[in-house]
Parts: sequence; structure tokens; C-alpha cells
Amino acid sequence: MKRKIQALALATLTSTAALFSSSAQAVEIEYWQYFFDARVAAMEQLIEGFEAENPDITVKMTHFPYADYRTKVAAAIPAGEGPDVVQLFYGWLNDYKEAKLIQPLPASEFPVDQIDKDFFPMVQAMKEGDNYWALPTAVRSLALFYNERLFDEAGVENPPETLDELVETAKKLTKVDGAGNITQVGITAGMNAQDHHWFREVLVRQMGGDPYKDDYKTVNYNTEAGQKALEYYVGLAKDEKVTSFGFMDEPQAAFKAGRAGMHIDGSFRIGSLEDTRGLKWGVAELPAGPDGTKSNYSSYWVNAITSKAEGEKYDAAVKFMTYITSDEAMQIWLDTVGELPAKPSVGMTEENANNEIFGPFIRGLEYAHTTIFVNESAQRQAMMDMVSRMDIEGQSAADSIAIAAEEEQKILDEYYAK
Amino acid sequence: MTFYRNLTIKQKQIVWAWAFLALPVLFYGLIRFYPTGTAFLISFQEWNLLGARTWTGLDNYIKLWNDPVFWKVFKNTFAYLLIGTPVSLVLSFIIAYHLDKLRFMHGFLRMLYFLPFMTSAVAMAWVWRWFYQDVPIGLFNNLLASVGIAQISFLNSTTNALPAVLAPAVWAGLGFQVIIFMAGLRAIPISYYEAAKIDGVGWWTVLTQITLPLLKPTMVFIVVFSSIGFLRIFDHVFNMTTNNPGGPLNSTKPLVLMIYDTAFNGFNMGYAAAQTVVLFMILLIVSLLQLRLLRSE
Repeated sequence: MKRKIQALALATLTSTAALFSSSAQAVEIEYWQYFFDARVAAMEQLIEGFEAENPDITVKMTHFPYADYRTKVAAAIPAGEGPDVVQLFYGWLNDYKEAKLIQPLPASEFPVDQIDKDFFPMVQAMKEGDNYWALPTAVRSLALFYNERLFDEAGVENPPETLDELVETAKKLTKVDGAGNITQVGITAGMNAQDHHWFREVLVRQMGGDPYKDDYKTVNYNTEAGQKALEYYVGLAKDEKVTSFGFMDEPQAAFKAGRAGMHIDGSFRIGSLEDTRGLKWGVAELPAGPDGTKSNYSSYWVNAITSKAEGEKYDAAVKFMTYITSDEAMQIWLDTVGELPAKPSVGMTEENANNEIFGPFIRGLEYAHTTIFVNESAQRQAMMDMVSRMDIEGQSAADSIAIAAEEEQKILDEYYAK
Repeated sequence: MTFYRNLTIKQKQIVWAWAFLALPVLFYGLIRFYPTGTAFLISFQEWNLLGARTWTGLDNYIKLWNDPVFWKVFKNTFAYLLIGTPVSLVLSFIIAYHLDKLRFMHGFLRMLYFLPFMTSAVAMAWVWRWFYQDVPIGLFNNLLASVGIAQISFLNSTTNALPAVLAPAVWAGLGFQVIIFMAGLRAIPISYYEAAKIDGVGWWTVLTQITLPLLKPTMVFIVVFSSIGFLRIFDHVFNMTTNNPGGPLNSTKPLVLMIYDTAFNGFNMGYAAAQTVVLFMILLIVSLLQLRLLRSE
């Protein structure tokens, strides 16, 4: 409520200021995002800062529950209603572009070569030809969370730096009851969480493969490298017995409850772990592969200008986009939401890159890849089924990965055939 | 106004009847039939919620026919129906039959049976989901482990998962069916039982010759009602398997979950609409068949 009043007061102030300023006409643009407490708070702060710099523009933010987001956006923009600047998941860009809901960012304000240079490399997925279509304020990446108490108890000093060390460390952390049932896992496992990203973009690459070809239009993990990666991953449960799929229902639940020594998850998990009583945890970069290859997966939400914005609203929207992709905005976003800056100039500052918690995530961004999904949940399902076939039905890695590759290729083909 | 004055009484009655009927007609037209009709239309189109809809003819149906997941899901849906309906029918009848004879704490027991029906399916599914986990958190497996029996994979199994998901769904619906059965039992005139008593007939004959035949309308209602429920099962499955919706390996996925997934994760509205039309047809055929079979004679 207080914020609202503040915003109202500010809006009144700015509009009064606009009235008295000689010629400037107040322009109001609308910004839409889905509802997530910290994001809304951060955006309110950004809008305040933007309006202070541009007294002739006001920004009205509207937010919706995640579930309604797409339908509302789709209904509003073609009707000439709704947002001038809109937030969307990077994986939706194609759909929004094809439905003509968004327009390219002007090359004059957002020159391609400049952005290529300024942003972390995975943002280049948002580029087509001479224009960028959308840009993130913040990005997310993966890292290895570890339970410091369990590490101390097992006498492990440092988090593992390679995949082999990961197995050794996990063995020390695993506990088994008299009947041989696992009661504490060395590392959590489950393709339903972040592991399918770890498998695709990290393990496959570390075993010498390249998970996709042709701009993520062709599946390429049905190779020796892919098999090795899958054997390593499922082997954690089947051969090394340092984990169990579905242990304590969800990987993050097991880690939160202190029943898992290590856990691979995204930077967005930091917030929920911070509030956990009695849990002492640390973060490390993902372990490197046998030949030292490091890799990571990054995903992000982007902002784009909708096709509805025209004339002075378009100009205002461009200014707003410039502001929310500035260094200043990224630092605010990191401090408020805990999401990582999308530019090395902010992320790789001494303070941020060496931050105990954010550091490993930010350093991971330098070598992160972004999978271009066409239907993330269906593509994740293919990964889950791949593991289930081996876990439950005892299929071989070679057979299982072949089926998964075929299934995922079908999803990609269907999408790109349209 | 003169127009109305010139009408005959009969015509005026009709005008008034329609005036009162207008609201439900409008409601059904707008809230029920219009979206249903649109769903039929969309099933012949391609639409991702964002762009324009394009006509694709029978493509969605052909794709459905050739989709192995659909056939797996089809089988699951009927497994829910064919296991769920008879089991819940027999169980609820046995409970109602005995509860009806019981006087001691009758109301309290009836409340206990009815309670799960009033509980939110989501909350119930989550509690059962935790019951089914492996050690160290699963109630059932912890019990098994404490007496030295090997763990059972309830949900992480292609064979056990469907019955495991179905069990709480049956249990949740039981209370309602028990109440309906008890009402049916109470409605049977006591004089039949008295006549049987005088004739000295055994309880089995009473049950099969008097009680069951006279309960037929009740059973028709319960069978149709619970069949529709099991064919449309969603919340129990979805909430017990959110980590791997309908899994593992689609072994618990019912048609409604496939529709949901196609529509709101795949944003493939045309294909989802085609699945909905198929579900509609199945519901229609099953209900008609049951009415026919159970009502004959």
C-alpha cells in the first residue's frame, strides 16, 4: 500500500512537473510481467528511477499470475490494448515474433555488434539478422549447491572440481540403512529439476559431444559422447549408488531437508534456501569434465517492445528498454531479485564475481549455453522418460538415448515444419 | 403493447414461459454450448493461442490416431474406469449395507466416510503422494522397512503407479456413494423385508431377491456418475505426479492430463481440442451404453 501511495505521489509529482515544464507532453506506456514478488518490487524500483530521469514519461506496470500470462498478452496486443513493453521467456520469442506481437529493437539504439560485445554470449539467441528482438535484464545459470554440515561430518574439505571427484565426494556423503535403502544421498538426481539442463548442455559437452546441430533444430546427442554422459548420469544411481531418482520426492526438497550432500540447481533457488533454518550451504561452480571442459546452462526472461507501441509511445518504450538493460538496472535486479546481471560489465565486477553465493553462478555465465527449446516441458519429458526406461525397465543407455533423440527430434520437426 | 394484448391466453403463457426460461437458455448457450461448439471448430484448426487460427482439416485427428502416447493414454483412461467403477461400487455398497444396520455411533461413522469427499482433492493427493515415497519419508515404506520387508516402488513403477494413484481417488469418492446407497436402502419399503421374515428366507436370498433389485436405480446413478468421474480423472493424477506428469513413462496419464499438457505446455490448441472432442465422444458413448444396459427390462 505504502509503495502504491509513493508511486501515486510520484506519478502526481511527475505529471505536475510535466504540466509546468514548457512543452513536454506526458506519455504513458504500459509494462507487463508475470507476478513474482521480488520481480515486481525490483521493477517498481526501476520504474521509479526511469521516471525520475524521464519526467515526461510514466510507466504503468501490470502483472498477472503466470498461468494467465500468455492468454492475456495474446488477447490484448492484437486488440490494440495492453503493454508497450512486455516480458517473455526467451523460449517464447519465436512464437511472439511469428504472431507479430513484438517488433525488433531499433538498430540505432541497440546496435547488434555493440550488444554482442556487451552482453554474455548466450543472449545472442535473441538476435535475428540486423536486429535484436528482445533483451534480458537478468539471467540465470546453474551451480553446485553443497551442504557444509554434511561435508564437515564426512570430512570433505572442498567441493568437487571434476566429475570424478564428484563421484568420490558423493560416496562419502551417502548413507544407507540396514536394509540397504538410501537415507541420505550424496547428490540429488532427477531430470524433472535442473538435471536435464545439466545433461544436455554440460555433461554431453564434457564427454566431447555437441547436443544439438543447426541452431538447435537437430538433435545430436545420440552419439558416443551422449551415451557416455547418460551412463555417467544414471550410473550415479545404478552403479555408484550415491543417489536415487525421486529420493524424497523432489531433489530440492531433499537438499533443503539436509538429506543430500550436493544438489545442482539454478540461481533462482538461492532465495528459498536462504530462509531455511539450520541449513548451512555453499555454492561452487559445476564440476569440470574429464578433459577440463567447463560448461553451464543459462536461461532468462527478456523484455521486448510490442507491435502495439507506435509514435511517441514507441520512442518512450525504446527509452524504457534502454534503461532496463543498463548496468544500473542490472545491479538493482541482482540486489533485489538475486538474478544475475546479463552483462559482464556488471557481473564480472570484482565484488559480484567473487561474491560467495553469486560468484560461481556469474563465473558460469562466461561459458554457458542456452538451449533453444520449442516446447520445454515436452523436451524435458523426453529426458525424464530416457532415464525412467533405464531406471525402471533396465534398458541400455544406447537404446534409451536413441529413443529420446528420436522423440525430441519429432517435437522439433513438428514445430519447425509450421 | 397492443401486440401482447392481442395474444390468446395460451400464447401469453408461452411468452411468459420463455421469459423465465431466457436466463438459463442464455446461460447454457453462452457458458456451455458456445465454448463446446468452438472446441469442435478449433479441433479442425491449428492455433498456438498467439497467432491466427488456420484450417487444417482432419490433420489433428489423423495425428491423434497415429500417436502412440494417445493410445497408451486411452488405455489408461479405461483402466481408471474399469478398475475404479466396480471397486468403488462394491466397496460403497458393502459399507452402506453394514452401516445401515448399525445403530451405535452411526452418525459419527457416516461422517468419517463422508469426510474425504469434502476434502480438497489436491491436498489429499499430496498427502498420499508422501505416503507412497521411499524411505526415509514414505509412511508405507517406512513401515515395511521397520519390519524388514523390502521397499515397494509405488509411484516410481510402470505397473504399480496407476493403482496407487487410483486408490485415493476411489477412497475420496466413497463417502458420496455410501450416502446415496444408504438413501436407496432406506427407500426400500420395510414390508418386503417383513414378508420375507415371515416366510423364513435367509439373508442371502433377501439380499439378492429384494435389496439388490430394488437398488437398481441407485446403482444406475452411481455407475454413470462415477464412470464419468473416472473418465475425467485429473487432479489426483496431476498432483501425485507433478514431477513427471502422468508418469513414469506415461503409465498413469489419463486423457484429461494429455489435453492439459498439449494445450497449456505445448500451446497446441487444435490438437488439444481434437483430444477433447474424443473425450466428449467417449463420455457420451459410455454414458448412453450404461443407461441402456442398466435400465433395460
